[in-house]
Amino acid sequence: MPLTIPQPLYDELRAHGEETYPHECCGILLGKSADPDLHVHQIIRAGNTRTDSAHNRYNIAPQELIAAQRQARKSGLDIIGFYHSHPDHPAQWSPTDFAEAHWFGCAYVITAIEKGHAAITNSFLLTGTTEDDKTFISHPIEVT
Amino acid sequence: MQIHIPTPLRAYTDKQETVSVSGSTVSEGLAALVAAHPAMQQHLYTPEGKLRSFVNLYLNDDDVRYLPAKEETAVTPTDELTIIPSIAGGSAATGCCR
Repeated sequence: MPLTIPQPLYDELRAHGEETYPHECCGILLGKSADPDLHVHQIIRAGNTRTDSAHNRYNIAPQELIAAQRQARKSGLDIIGFYHSHPDHPAQWSPTDFAEAHWFGCAYVITAIEKGHAAITNSFLLTGTTEDDKTFISHPIEVT
Repeated sequence: MQIHIPTPLRAYTDKQETVSVSGSTVSEGLAALVAAHPAMQQHLYTPEGKLRSFVNLYLNDDDVRYLPAKEETAVTPTDELTIIPSIAGGSAATGCCR
């Protein structure tokens, strides 16, 4: 049940993290869900509104999410996930990532940026149905 | 009013991306949505009946929380309400800096 993503988009989301280093970058993945696989067709860069703590927090403005949802609708796609970077921190979900994750069935892609350079990129699928039973599971990335 | 459903909640609206509801206010529209799709209740509201903190409601392009009448704002059949869960996180170990 991989997350498939074309090479140029994979490179772009990693480059985004290098550009915003030492701050976290964030963005939205549009694509199609073919249960249990997720296929990325477009990525949308988003601004990080957490300017008070941008080195270790991110937040995407709801207005950007709504615009992305409209764009997805027009393209026959869905929001299937999100990405962000962890500057000088492993590409593993943090307690903050988990607490703030509410999009079940979507991928949360994290890229570790080590001293300004993109290192490991991992994807985690948010499974479960409620805040009480949610879980992140590792989700292999297949670059196409 | 049309209510746009985000990807993770479509499992509870028979996979519908948009649901048409009747109602003269935002809250009446939401009540109609929950009446038609009861499983939405627990995903939108706490057991105490409050809208979950991570659920954002936008009436057309306006955040409902900042409208003068909030959820009692009047709506017309052509209005669009978007339900959009928040997206946030980061490498911080705790919510120390919020």
